Amino acid sequence: MKIMPCPLNGPRNISEFVCGGDVKEMPNPESCSDLEWANYVFIHKNPAGVVDEWWCHTPTAYWFVARRNTVTEEILETFTAQQYFGASQGEPA
Amino acid sequence: MSHPVTPRLGDGFGLFIDRNKPVSFRFDGKTFTGLDGDVITSALAGVGTTMISRSFKYHRPRGLLSLAGHDANSIVKVGKEPNVFADLTPISEGLDVHSVNTAGSLNNDRMAILDLFGRFLPVGFYYRSFFKPGKAWKFWEPLIRRMAGLGVIDPDTPHGYFDKAYGFYDVVVVGGGHGGMNAAIEAARDGASVLIIEEAPLLGGALNYMRLDADGTQGMAICRELLSEIESSANIEIMTNTTATGLFTDGWVAAVRGNRLYKIRAGAVVVAAGAVEQPAVFRNNDRPGIMLASAASRLMRLYGVTPGSNGIILTANDDGYGLALDCLDAGVAVTAILDLRTSPPDTPMRLKAKSAHITIHDAAGIAKALGKCRVNGVVISNIDEDGAWTTVGKTLPCDFVAMAVGYTPNGALIWQGGGWFNYDSDAAYHMVSSLPTGVHAAGMVNGVFEPGLCAADGRRAGASAGAGNPSTVERLDDSSLGRVNHPYPVFSHPKAKDFVDFDEDLQTKDLINGLSQGYRDVQLLKRFSTLGMGPSQGRHSNVNAIRLIARIEGKAEDEVGATTTRPPYRTEKMGVLAGRSFEPIRRTAMHHRHIEAGAQMMPAGAWMRPAYYGPKENAKALIAEEVMGCRGNLGLIDVSTLGGLDVRGPDAAELVNRMYTWAYANQDVGRGRYLLMTEEAGVVIDDGVACRFADDHFYLTATTSGVDGVYRQMLLWNAQWRLNVDITNVTGAYAGVNIAGPNARKALAKVCDDVDISADGFPYMGVRQGTVAGIPARLLRVGFVGELGYEIHVPAHHGEALWDALMQAGAEFSIRPFGVEAQRVMRLEKGHIIIGQDTDGLTTPFEADMGWAVAKKKPFYIGKRSVDIQNASPAHRRLIGFRLTDKSAPCPEECHLVMDGETITGRVTSAVRSPSLDEVVGLAYVPVAIAEAGGTFTIKLGDGQRVEAQVSPIPFYDPDNKRQEL
Repeated sequence: MKIMPCPLNGPRNISEFVCGGDVKEMPNPESCSDLEWANYVFIHKNPAGVVDEWWCHTPTAYWFVARRNTVTEEILETFTAQQYFGASQGEPA
Repeated sequence: MSHPVTPRLGDGFGLFIDRNKPVSFRFDGKTFTGLDGDVITSALAGVGTTMISRSFKYHRPRGLLSLAGHDANSIVKVGKEPNVFADLTPISEGLDVHSVNTAGSLNNDRMAILDLFGRFLPVGFYYRSFFKPGKAWKFWEPLIRRMAGLGVIDPDTPHGYFDKAYGFYDVVVVGGGHGGMNAAIEAARDGASVLIIEEAPLLGGALNYMRLDADGTQGMAICRELLSEIESSANIEIMTNTTATGLFTDGWVAAVRGNRLYKIRAGAVVVAAGAVEQPAVFRNNDRPGIMLASAASRLMRLYGVTPGSNGIILTANDDGYGLALDCLDAGVAVTAILDLRTSPPDTPMRLKAKSAHITIHDAAGIAKALGKCRVNGVVISNIDEDGAWTTVGKTLPCDFVAMAVGYTPNGALIWQGGGWFNYDSDAAYHMVSSLPTGVHAAGMVNGVFEPGLCAADGRRAGASAGAGNPSTVERLDDSSLGRVNHPYPVFSHPKAKDFVDFDEDLQTKDLINGLSQGYRDVQLLKRFSTLGMGPSQGRHSNVNAIRLIARIEGKAEDEVGATTTRPPYRTEKMGVLAGRSFEPIRRTAMHHRHIEAGAQMMPAGAWMRPAYYGPKENAKALIAEEVMGCRGNLGLIDVSTLGGLDVRGPDAAELVNRMYTWAYANQDVGRGRYLLMTEEAGVVIDDGVACRFADDHFYLTATTSGVDGVYRQMLLWNAQWRLNVDITNVTGAYAGVNIAGPNARKALAKVCDDVDISADGFPYMGVRQGTVAGIPARLLRVGFVGELGYEIHVPAHHGEALWDALMQAGAEFSIRPFGVEAQRVMRLEKGHIIIGQDTDGLTTPFEADMGWAVAKKKPFYIGKRSVDIQNASPAHRRLIGFRLTDKSAPCPEECHLVMDGETITGRVTSAVRSPSLDEVVGLAYVPVAIAEAGGTFTIKLGDGQRVEAQVSPIPFYDPDNKRQEL
């Protein structure tokens, strides 16, 4: 069984995690076209190669970003949301 | 009546057995006696029983072949358990063993006639011949399956106890033989924690049974030394009688011992699983009594049983001579050694065999074996330089034949982990060419046979694994290897029955036929012929088949390729994989009060909730009484299972506003507001009540089964927004009740004195914090059942005390606990929807007639854009309330169909015969065109009967909601 290096809980069995899908930016829902919105909601790229995905450690309900290669199945790197996006609204910089 | 124990061999033989402990067991109904430490096969051999089973296809007699559990010959049924390997299963008192795949008895199998018709059953026969015409296979399949199976499953077999255990080690060494023991010692030297997994009852592997030198003392001496070194190491653990069945990513090793599956995480894995001895192919090479040389050695050295009284040894290496010397030590006559090689080197063991006057024929092989249920002779042949037979010589009598023609690496775990082997033509052996990350190979599996080098290779791999170094393909060069493996021990016979694959009864001509029909890729040939698909997974057939294909196709062995090896290494029982059956159940704090009150409990997600109170046979009446009790007087229901989320912080209102459809930013403190959640596609996924206890504190309720998903979604979104809030799932931390009915306020007044609960002081949809019966409580004036009522949430450990206090306070109002069933009736009388029952995977808020809970002016909530797009397009269906026109018509059930003539136009989501209204009311999806009040439609019931329904405004009961706002 694979090991996922969780930024909060350390290395844990992959069975303790669920994938929350690709990290993707929401288009501005007030100004984007219907097509842009539909693509955002329903279309997934599913590339053969490196993807950034949301993963959740279910016992602690902790979300983070994992960068993984869908071809080699290697988990390359994991990030806290703050590391990945930088500080934002609610957080001290 | 048990048979006397046949005398076993003396000193130096019988390492695993205890001669003083006879054990009686049954085989096909007859009682035999073996010794403690025997496996079924050795115990049977000990009483002279050579035949263990019948073959899969032709029902040919089969006997001991590997004594290592590698072959299907040793499959038996023990008690009710089929597919047991006799080679690996110890005997115990009264063990009831049966042969498999026979019609009649093992010695007189009616199906053995198939052997004579073999030429009418060519390879691929079943599938090609019985699939046409159309239904032919349906007729033939059961017959064929009955004829060609390995054991029968008894559906009445009781469940056994199986479980799982977990282990964590720096280094796991698979195989406790010469290479593995050395690897473990070296890996542990600098403090790494090491586990050795060994299939046999004792460590030692081939050192315990294989003769390494002319004197025959070296193996045991090395083994003793290594064992004492291992015993003196504090950080080596040993698991014997254990099979490593799988090797997966990141050092995950599956190991099975008895009925327990061990899931072991290893920092590094050393595969030192040795090598599997290979059979030679010649006519009748499957006769009982014909076995691998290693099997004959195991039989004598481990169990003290002789393989027969006079043997022929077919060899292509020194191991055959070693076995001959073992036979001499054991007093077993060797008729002759047939050496396939033209001019074998005069090794010390060969010289000793010569000086003991054993007849040795060089450049000699076996043309065919004689005998039926047991080999009784062989016809020898001369072998030319190219390895083909030239002349057929005389017949030699014997009662066993041992084959020592070479090995193949026991590399299943390396293959499984993603490693690869390439065939080395000089060594006639598959060599590791790539290793999975963190996996090291050592010893014979790594192509190192000479004992000194094997030990050194183990040390090398162990040191590397112990130091946590990356694994590399590396081996100590063993020049002896070219003298171990014969490059082509295959001697086809014109009359066939020269078996390449014993499991599947495949002869050389079957493979040749497959090739000639165009199945030239080894993967295709495998599927066409079933080569290597039997229980031994090709351990005895793949290499010879690859050699055969290579020769016929004029290719190098490596060009032929290799079939894929998949887990498990050995058959695993379903029970081992399933383990114990865990069904976690959550009970509320008041659970025991419900049981005392005679509640019928029902599952709600992982929770248990009372369905109703009282005996099952009165269910209908009891539910109606509970409804009327609440409506007329006072009821109490346990709502602890409802989800609860605490959202605190400066951005609490902002978060709630983004997650739910209605407007919460300006919600007053002390007020509750309905919550409706949509996902990004605009589909309704949850509902509840938002209670604002402070500017920066919301307490959100959620559905019992939805709360965990809601909580997870909130955290996912806030990982992106990073608002300044803290979100906590407090579902299990709070117990809750709903006390409802016209007398609810009077009853509550008796136990609550710090909250103004007057109609004006605590209006409908108000929320308060205070104490109830001295217990700190959150009070919500909400009305799911449509009566004056209070939800009271208290810390879970006070739940039972709260229940007791309210039951006591309500006694004078004849308070009656009600269950989920009565609650469902009452909510439906009020037309309240249940998410997941009255909504599906496509329901939008407007379809569910919940547009009132969607804030139109709010710039954003999850799913807003999708809801807006859907609203701009024509609607197709709407959730409406209905009443049956005929009050005495039968009540529809969930998912009964709404019909327009013969066209399905919708479905019922909820329906009930209302005790309060004495008519059938429900909710259904209907086409928009008939969704206005007064419209009529037809519902088709499960039995085909149709009933008329009329669209009706909701609520059905107390349409002006006066009762809940009292």
